[in-house]
Amino acid sequence: MSRDLLIQITKSIVGGEPDVTAELARQALDAGLEPLAIINQGLTPGMNIVGDKFATGEYFLPHLIIAASGMQQAMELLEPELRTRQQTIEMAGTVVIGTVKGDIHEIGKSLVGTILSASGFQVYDLGVDVPTETFVAKVKETEADLLGLSALLTTTMTVQREVIEALVEASIREQVKVMIGGAPVNQEWSDAIGADGCAEDAVGAVALAKRLVS
Amino acid sequence: MRPKLNILSDELVNQIIAEGMELLMDPGVRAHNDDALSLLADAGADVDAESQVVRIPEHIARQALETAPSEFYLYNLDGEPVVHCGDDSVQFDPGSTAITILDSETQEQRPPLTADFVKFVKLVETIPQLDAQSTAMICRDVPEGIGDLYRLYLALNYMRKPIITGAFRKDTWWTMKEMLVAVAGGEAELAARPIAVFDVCPSPPLLWSDLTCQNMIDCARNNIPSELVSMPLAGATAPVTLAGAVVQHTAECLSGVTICQLAKAGAPIVWGGSPAIFDMREGTPPMGAVGTWMIDCAHVQVGKALGMPTNGYLGMSDAKVVDAQCGLESAGGAIMAALAGVNMVAGAGMMDFESCQSYEKLVIDAEIIGMAKRLIAGIEAREEPIALTLVRKLGHRADYLAQPHTLKWFNQEQYIPSAVIDRGSLDGWKRKGAKTAFERAADRVNELLATYQPSPISDELRTELRAITTKAAQQFGMDELPPLPGD
Repeated sequence: MSRDLLIQITKSIVGGEPDVTAELARQALDAGLEPLAIINQGLTPGMNIVGDKFATGEYFLPHLIIAASGMQQAMELLEPELRTRQQTIEMAGTVVIGTVKGDIHEIGKSLVGTILSASGFQVYDLGVDVPTETFVAKVKETEADLLGLSALLTTTMTVQREVIEALVEASIREQVKVMIGGAPVNQEWSDAIGADGCAEDAVGAVALAKRLVS
Repeated sequence: MRPKLNILSDELVNQIIAEGMELLMDPGVRAHNDDALSLLADAGADVDAESQVVRIPEHIARQALETAPSEFYLYNLDGEPVVHCGDDSVQFDPGSTAITILDSETQEQRPPLTADFVKFVKLVETIPQLDAQSTAMICRDVPEGIGDLYRLYLALNYMRKPIITGAFRKDTWWTMKEMLVAVAGGEAELAARPIAVFDVCPSPPLLWSDLTCQNMIDCARNNIPSELVSMPLAGATAPVTLAGAVVQHTAECLSGVTICQLAKAGAPIVWGGSPAIFDMREGTPPMGAVGTWMIDCAHVQVGKALGMPTNGYLGMSDAKVVDAQCGLESAGGAIMAALAGVNMVAGAGMMDFESCQSYEKLVIDAEIIGMAKRLIAGIEAREEPIALTLVRKLGHRADYLAQPHTLKWFNQEQYIPSAVIDRGSLDGWKRKGAKTAFERAADRVNELLATYQPSPISDELRTELRAITTKAAQQFGMDELPPLPGD
């Protein structure tokens, strides 16, 4: 019975049915399954399958995003249960992410945030048009390992530099790795402003994040 | 008869417009600009000050469509109307605001410098298939804060053709206007004979940034044409269906026309954009995708149905080198644009999405544009009867090459390409060095540049432009501008 539920959770992730995933997670809790078991034997195997299918070209971004959304919905139910049991899941790292001040482009940043989250990172997505001081404060508050700065415009990519300078000023530049992204951004720019790396796309961003925290 | 592509049925056009109008009311558009919000509130739109969301009733948008001009001309520096924004006129300009140039020697992308853009402007002047200039790349040897106005400064020193440009800041728009007024010889002269259009880009979905909104309003109040570049990304920032993306595009452009006309009724503004499908593997906006071209042709058809001049970003490629993909994608988009009757087609020379400009691609694209323009000139009878007299005269003799009829018509019937296009024999091609299209294009670039004629502006005017630009540069810590390459 419980084995069945876990298999169904995995299938619902792979099949892209987030509402079903959340409902099954609730049923699994009601049936007395441990939240860690639900995550490790139900949700995560599903995300791994989806990741593999994406890598081989069978799955596309909408599959990946909807699977991640199922994972997130289930986690919202499971996290309070983990807390009451004083259990934690091992995260790959903590990431603060957002689109810099003056730029209201959302899609690239959200894609990276979602996929990072699905890849085991704790993600704090600050949204778009984020003031520089908000980035600094959130990095301090969460003791983040990584800060992701998105800028889609040639006019706002310069703000990425300003955020890095603000981190230096707040004396926390050493404790956080900065990754930058956005259409006009490249390795040369990353080097020029003293970022720790840049990625061309969301999948590349996850690889970069894993490399930076390892 | 001119061949014409109507990609949407009349019924679908009407439904798209109706849904676009409804989106203006619910969910409305969000404008991060106080000027726009007060204009809209004064006109009777429902503005929520906190969220900056405005609900625009259809009658306000309809009124704006009434006052927006259905056509206008852009002038060259000799004062001639050379670009007609209206009806089904089709004109081409280079893709705008590249952040890299494809180095001719290494064929790798690198940051553009002053000399690169000057060379580019000169090249555009010499390419007969191109009707206008654009501020095609951002020079990296000046401070980022003057990136927009510096490229206009450079172009104004070397161009005759009108120019498509845009500002990156609210204050730099005024410096750019000052340059244009100087070149036109006064504000009234610039309004009467516009030489430049400013791109203004709403942010999907249904958002207006402070900067772009203000640029559009300032253009309107100063009678300078602006060009809407709405860019829904179908499946990411807009519905994935092509029709759904066009609905969103329609709402964004309607809101732009409305804000513009409220700022100044009768101000020239162009309907259009740079939409794309969203690549579901890479998460990129492919400009070479057939779906992207289809959205473009559809939004242009909607704009025409509303009586607006139109623009579209077409004729670009996602390829990273000037290769077969580069050619096939650029050709597909440019030919679709011509068939759709897009007034201002931006894209020539552009590759790697909208990131990179290439001199060599530009001259290859010129051949595509030549072919596209020939295509829409259509097939005509030319003589009456078409062929009876001539064919009966020759009977079964294959002697057409010797006929005056052939000499009279061949040059109009055929598009005659430059040496970029190889149509020689295999031996002939080998004799000329067995060159690839890229190598032939490189030769063509040099050949064209040798024919460049300096712009007509006076030394006094050059000095004035330099003073305006230097003043702006000094605010960003650059005392002296880089020297201009010799003419």
